[in-house]
Amino acid sequence: MSTYWKANQRRLAPWLFLAPGLLMFAIYVIIPIFQSMWISFYDWDGLGEKVWIGTANYAEMTSDPNMVTSFKNNIIWLVLYLLAVPAGLFIAIFLNQTVSGIRIYKSLFFFPFVISQVVVGLIFSWFYAPNFGLLYLVIEKLTGTGIAVLADPDLATYGIIAAGLWPQIAYVMILYLTGLNNVAPDQVEAARLDGAKGWRMLWYVILPQLRPATFIAVVVTVIGALRSFDLVSIMTEGGPFGSSNVLSYYMYEKALSEYGYRMGYGAAIAVVLFGIMMIFISGFIWKMWRDETER
Amino acid sequence: MVHKLAGALALGAALMLSTSAMAQDKRVVKYNADYDPIPLAGMEALIADFEAANPDIDIQLNNFDHEGYKTAIRNFLTTDPPDLANWYAGNRMAPFVSAGLFMDVSDVWADNGLDEALSSAAASMTQDGKKWGVPYTYYQWGIYYNRDAYKAAGVELPGEAGVTWDQFVANCEKFKAAGIDCITTGSKALWPVAGIFDYLSLRTNGYEWHMDLTAGKVAWTDDKTKAVFAEFAKIQPYVTANHAAIDWQDAAALLVQGKAAHYVMGNFAVGNFKEGGMTDENLGFMIFPEITPGLPRAEEAPTDTIHVTAGAKNPDDAKKFLAFVASADAQTKYNAAVNQLPTNKNSTVGEDPFLKAGFASLSNAYALAQFFDRDAPAEMAKAGMEGFQQFLVQPDQLDAILERLDQVRGQVYK
Amino acid sequence: MFPRPIQHRSQTAQWVYAIALPLALILWLFPLLGVAITSVRPASDLAAGNYFGIPSYLAWENYGDVFRNTPMLQYIKNSFIVTIPTVIGSVALSLMTGFALAVYKFRANLLIFFMFVAGNFVPFQILMVPVRDMTLSLGMYNTYWGLALFHIAFQTGFCTLFMRNFIKALPFELIEAARVEGVAEWRIFWFIVLPLMRPAIAALSVLIFTFIWNDFFWATVLTTSPEAQPITAGLSSLNGQWVAAWHLVSAGSILAALPPVAMFFLMQKHFIAGLTLGAVK
Repeated sequence: MSTYWKANQRRLAPWLFLAPGLLMFAIYVIIPIFQSMWISFYDWDGLGEKVWIGTANYAEMTSDPNMVTSFKNNIIWLVLYLLAVPAGLFIAIFLNQTVSGIRIYKSLFFFPFVISQVVVGLIFSWFYAPNFGLLYLVIEKLTGTGIAVLADPDLATYGIIAAGLWPQIAYVMILYLTGLNNVAPDQVEAARLDGAKGWRMLWYVILPQLRPATFIAVVVTVIGALRSFDLVSIMTEGGPFGSSNVLSYYMYEKALSEYGYRMGYGAAIAVVLFGIMMIFISGFIWKMWRDETER
Repeated sequence: MVHKLAGALALGAALMLSTSAMAQDKRVVKYNADYDPIPLAGMEALIADFEAANPDIDIQLNNFDHEGYKTAIRNFLTTDPPDLANWYAGNRMAPFVSAGLFMDVSDVWADNGLDEALSSAAASMTQDGKKWGVPYTYYQWGIYYNRDAYKAAGVELPGEAGVTWDQFVANCEKFKAAGIDCITTGSKALWPVAGIFDYLSLRTNGYEWHMDLTAGKVAWTDDKTKAVFAEFAKIQPYVTANHAAIDWQDAAALLVQGKAAHYVMGNFAVGNFKEGGMTDENLGFMIFPEITPGLPRAEEAPTDTIHVTAGAKNPDDAKKFLAFVASADAQTKYNAAVNQLPTNKNSTVGEDPFLKAGFASLSNAYALAQFFDRDAPAEMAKAGMEGFQQFLVQPDQLDAILERLDQVRGQVYK
Repeated sequence: MFPRPIQHRSQTAQWVYAIALPLALILWLFPLLGVAITSVRPASDLAAGNYFGIPSYLAWENYGDVFRNTPMLQYIKNSFIVTIPTVIGSVALSLMTGFALAVYKFRANLLIFFMFVAGNFVPFQILMVPVRDMTLSLGMYNTYWGLALFHIAFQTGFCTLFMRNFIKALPFELIEAARVEGVAEWRIFWFIVLPLMRPAIAALSVLIFTFIWNDFFWATVLTTSPEAQPITAGLSSLNGQWVAAWHLVSAGSILAALPPVAMFFLMQKHFIAGLTLGAVK
C-alpha cells in the first residue's frame, strides 16, 4: 500500500465509504428534486417536445378550483391525522399492563400498521360500500337511511382519513408503548408519594419523559398525512368530482392518469407540495441539529 | 456483503431470463388489451382460432383492467410497446397517432379489401389520409329497463315506439313513489354519466351542436348548454342517490334486482343483466326519447379498435392478426359471443333481440357520436364528466360548474 | 410504571379490564375480521345478501379462484424479486454511509447526514416525473430492477439515519484501540463494527421489507404489466376487474397482507426495535 494512502487513510476513508450510497441518493433523490423544479416551467405532455412557458403553470394553479380543494383537504388531513398522537397514547396507556397474554394483545393492536395501505383502503371501501357495507347498514338501522360515505362530497375526505388513522394510530401506539417502558420508575413513585395521579401525573411527570416518542410520533404523522396517496387512489381517486383530492394525488392525476399527461403542471403541483413539506422538514432538521450539536 | 449483492444480481438476472424464455420457438405477438370477462372469453376464442390456422404464431394476450388500461397504455406505448394494443376510434386515437406511437396499417386495409368491408368505420380510423388500426366491434347505447320494475310501480310499459320525454319524466315520479330509482348509474369511474349527458345534448340541440360543444366551439355558459342542463334537471331527482360511490356493474345489479327501472348504458351491459338473471322477458330496450321535436336522431355508438404499435417487434404477424380480426367470419363470431355489432358489413348480426334492436336503431340514425370522452380531448372530458357528476349531486351549483367548464375550455382548446 | 398496574387495583377494576381488553381488540380489528370472513364466504352467499351472517360453508375455493384466474402468483413473485434486492442493497449501502458518518469527523459530515434525513422525508411526487423518465431512458421501465434500484436509493436515506445513530451508540473506544494498533480503516469496518451491527441489520431488514412490500406509489409509476407489477399494484388492478366480487377482493387482500404479517410475527422484536429507534433517549 502506498505511503500516500497510509498517511491520508483517515481523511479519504469516509468518502470511499460514502461514495456508493451518496451517488445513488444523488441520482435518484437529490437531482430529481431540481429537475422537477425545472420541468415545472414547461408545458410537456411526456411524448413530444417541452415548451418553456415560464411561470404559467403556477399562475394557472391560482385559478384552479381543484387545486384549492386539494390544498384544503391537505390541511384537513394534517389536522385530523394528528389525532393519531393522543389516540395512540391512549391505547398505549390502556395496554401498558402486565396481565397474561398482553404481548399478543399488543402485537394484534399493532397489526393494521403492517398491512399495505392498498389493503387498508380496500377494507374500508368495503366497510363504507353503499347498500351492503357494514357502516352503511348500521347507519341505516339507526336512522332509517344509510349514508354512502365515499359518494358524499362533504364526507369522502373524512372517510378516507378515518381509514388512514387506523394504521397510523397503531404506529403511534407502538412508539408510546416503547416510551412508557422506559419511563423512570423512581420518578413515578416519587410523584405518587407526592399525591400525583391520573391526568396530573400524565401531564407533569409522564409526558415530559415521553417527549422523544412524541416528537417522532408527530414527525411520522405529519409526513404520513402529506404523503396520503395510496388511500385516496384506492378509495375514491379524488372523487366525487375532485372533492376528496389531495395534492399528492392531484399531482399524479395531472401528470400520469388517463386524462392527464400534463407533466409540467404536475411538476408544479409537486413543487408546491415539496415547499409545504420543507417547512416541516426544516423544523425537524433544525431540532435534530440542535440535539446533535449540544451532544 | 458485496459478494451477496453480486449473487442477488445474478439470481435476479436468471429469474428474468427464465420468464422471457418461456415462449419456445413460436413467433410471439404481444397483445395488450382491456377486456372485461365476457369479451375476454370472446377474444380468447378468436385467438385460439387464429393460432390453430397459424401454428407458428403465439399471440400472448396481456389483459389489463378496463380503467387501469387507459393510464397504462401511455406508459407501455412509449416505453415497452407490445405488438398490438386495444384502443378507440376517433379523437381518442389522435394523440397517439400524432405522437407516432401507432403504425400505419393502410396496407392491411388495402390488401384485404377493408375499405369496402369496413366502410362505415373508415372515417373514424383515418388520420392524415392513412388508416391507423382496425375496428372490430361497436355497440349501441340506449335505455335498458326492467319490466318487472314497471309492474311493481304500476307504470304502463313503453310501447314499440318507446315513450315521449314528458311521459318518461312523469313515469319517474311514479317510480319514486314506489321506492324505485327511475334512472340508475354508477359514476365512480365518471364515464357512465357522460352517456346521459350526451343523449340529452343530442336530443336537445342535435348532433352538429353536440360535436361543436365537444370540439370547444360552443361556450359551456351558452344558453343552449343551459337548455341541456334544464332537461338534465328534470331527471336529476330520480337518479340513484349513491351513484358516485358505485361502478357501472354495481348499478347494473340495481336494475337486475328491480331497485332501479332504467339504465342509460351501452349494449355491453346486457351480458351483465343476463348474468344477473334477467331474460328477454323482463329486460327491455328503448331508444332515448325525442326531446326537441323534429331534430334528426343521432345515436351513441362507440367503436373499439385494435392497433399495431409503432414499436412492434413483430409487425408482420401482428398485421396478419389484424387482418384476421377485421375479417367477416371473425367479426361474426366475436360479436355473437359478446353480443355486439360487427363493423364488417359482410358479417352476420347475431340473433339476440337487443342486438337487432340496436342494429335497427343505428342503421337509420342520422349520425353516430363516439362518446363524450372520445369526442372531447382528454382534459376537457375529465372536467366535463366531473361537472356532470357534480350536477347530479349538487344541482344548485350549476352556474359554478358551467363557469368552471368554460374556464377549462379556454385552456384546453388553443 | 404508568399507569398503575392493574393488579394493584380493586377486584372489579381487574374484571373490567379483563373484559375490556378482548372487546377492544375485536372492535379494533373488526374491519379486518370482516374481510377475513368475507374471503371464505361463497359467492352465492353474497348474491343472496348474506354479507355478515355466518358463511353457509367455508369457501376456500375463493383462494383457488384467485390463483387460477389471475396472475396473483406472478404478482407475489414480483414483490419478492423487488423487495429482497432492495433490502440487501439499502442495508449494504447504509452500513457504509452510516459508518462513515458516525466514525469520522469531517466538515461536511453533518451536512451530508441531514441531506440523507431530509431526502428521506420529501414527497414522492417531486421525484416522480424525473425518476420515471430516467427509468424509461435506461430501459428499466416495467422491470424489477427499475423499481428495486429506485427503492435502494431512496431507502438509503432512512437506513443511513438508522445505521449512523446505531454505530454512534457503540463504544468508540473499540475503534480507537484498533487504530492505535494500526488496523486499516476497512478492517475496522469489516471485523470490528460489522459483527456488532447484527441487531441493526435484522431490524432494518424487516422494516425495509415491509415498507417495500407495501409500496404502491412507485409500483404504479414504474411498472405497468403483470410481468413486473408487485402485488400492491396488481391488487389494485384486480380490484378494477372484480367489481362487486368482494369475496375475491378479500381473498386477494389477505394474500397481499400475509408476507409482511408473517415477517412481523416472526421478527417482532427486531421490527419494533427498528420502528421505535429514537423514541427513547
